[in-house]
Amino acid sequence: MTKAFKRPDGRKNEEIRAMEAKVGIVPNADGSAMFSFGDTVAIAAVYGPKKMHPQHQQNPEKGTLRCRYSMLSFSVTERIRPGPNRRSTEISKITEWALEPVLMIKRYPNMVIDVHINILQADASTRCAGINAAALALAHAGIPMKEMVSSVSMGKLDKQIVVDINKDEEDWEEGEGSTDIPITMTQDGKITHLQLDGKITSKELKEVIELAKKATKNVYEVQKKALKDSIKDTK
Amino acid sequence: METSRLTEKRIKEYLEEEKRFDRRKPDEFRNIEIETGISKKAEGSAKVKIGKTEIIVGVKLDVSEPYPDSPDKGNLMVTAELLPLSSPRFENGPPKFPAIEIGRLTDRGIRESKFIDFEKLCIKKGKKVWTVFIDIYPINDDGNLIDAAGIGALVALKTARMPKYDEKNEKVVYGEITDKKIPLAKHIPLPITAHKIGKSLIVDPTLEEEDVSEARVTIGSTPDGVISSIQKGNSREITTEEMYKILELTEKTRKKVFSKIEKFLK
Repeated sequence: MTKAFKRPDGRKNEEIRAMEAKVGIVPNADGSAMFSFGDTVAIAAVYGPKKMHPQHQQNPEKGTLRCRYSMLSFSVTERIRPGPNRRSTEISKITEWALEPVLMIKRYPNMVIDVHINILQADASTRCAGINAAALALAHAGIPMKEMVSSVSMGKLDKQIVVDINKDEEDWEEGEGSTDIPITMTQDGKITHLQLDGKITSKELKEVIELAKKATKNVYEVQKKALKDSIKDTK
Repeated sequence: METSRLTEKRIKEYLEEEKRFDRRKPDEFRNIEIETGISKKAEGSAKVKIGKTEIIVGVKLDVSEPYPDSPDKGNLMVTAELLPLSSPRFENGPPKFPAIEIGRLTDRGIRESKFIDFEKLCIKKGKKVWTVFIDIYPINDDGNLIDAAGIGALVALKTARMPKYDEKNEKVVYGEITDKKIPLAKHIPLPITAHKIGKSLIVDPTLEEEDVSEARVTIGSTPDGVISSIQKGNSREITTEEMYKILELTEKTRKKVFSKIEKFLK
């Protein structure tokens, strides 16, 4: 039965789709970036830090990070209604949690940093692309960060662990089906975000996390290059 | 964030000498850049840049029941969502008037000019017709979203291909795109908006100029000079002479703009 496992698009198990990153794509914003995994394209823009309104939401202890994730209606094959829904509300919150640990947000009491993330085109892993774009946009906005965060969606197709699953793989039905494990990490291996849907053993999960360290390193390199390139541009 | 009184005064003084901050003439459009096929999931899509203003438009198609008053005609739905990503002025939440207006203006420009042949979008009279969705999103707002949206919608419609329709199961097979185009008329209805600032009339305002605009008129017309939609906006009046000047100005501008974007509308 050990038929050689093959990914639908022929990638190696640890291979991430072609990544692209660019900062400064929204001139109006204080910071902005695009990040893509293959056909999944996310853009993010940062506005702030600015005074929090309404006033009762101000926190005198630390600043507030406010993320909003949203998919464009034509980002998927079957049009989705524009505007927030339960899924996007959850991902927005998850994104805040993924980013806040590396932000030196204590420096901004009573202020808010708005991060808007829009998915232009979706082929799975949209929240990861969104987080990567958002982290870049925050860095681009010059908001002090302890380190960068990098996100990748790990997967398990039947029993095989793979990196960066696309839509075909997300819909995988053979064997144990598809398990979707989006992870966000810093370069020293701190996890700022981890989700899982599917079926996995703890041993497998450890494998997944170890592999995710390597994978997020690749993502990080792409992010770093984008930031460096943006400085070159301004010279 | 709004444009200050001082800037307003400067804009007007400049315009009296037929000058603008970005060195354009009052009747001069900014540079237009168009890219098509920017979305693999949309049936048709386009990105339009006018100076620093950038907008993306996607066309999706779906099959649904026709409206009772037009049982043999397809439907059109145009929506604009002013992404908070694109400007510090836009906020989350239900669409406010500016977004609704852009959607409706674009809708009327296309609908009223009979650019889409809705009868050909009928699959089964009274039962199944195609609905064309046009969704507009700004990426960066530096004024004149209305004209940008109109141009984007036209280009996206032109490049769109119908998805496959499974007649047996009465379902659209998304992902399988046919060679068939949306049935469109030959005449292209282009919207051009003129603004009145002080005593001057201009086209293609930047955000600052839009802020101090006293009145604006959007005119949708086709190359044969036929106007199919007009909307006056903002809270000040215009004289009839001004209106005639606007007609001339927009007509002249439409020709210029059309020649720039023509190759994307074949």
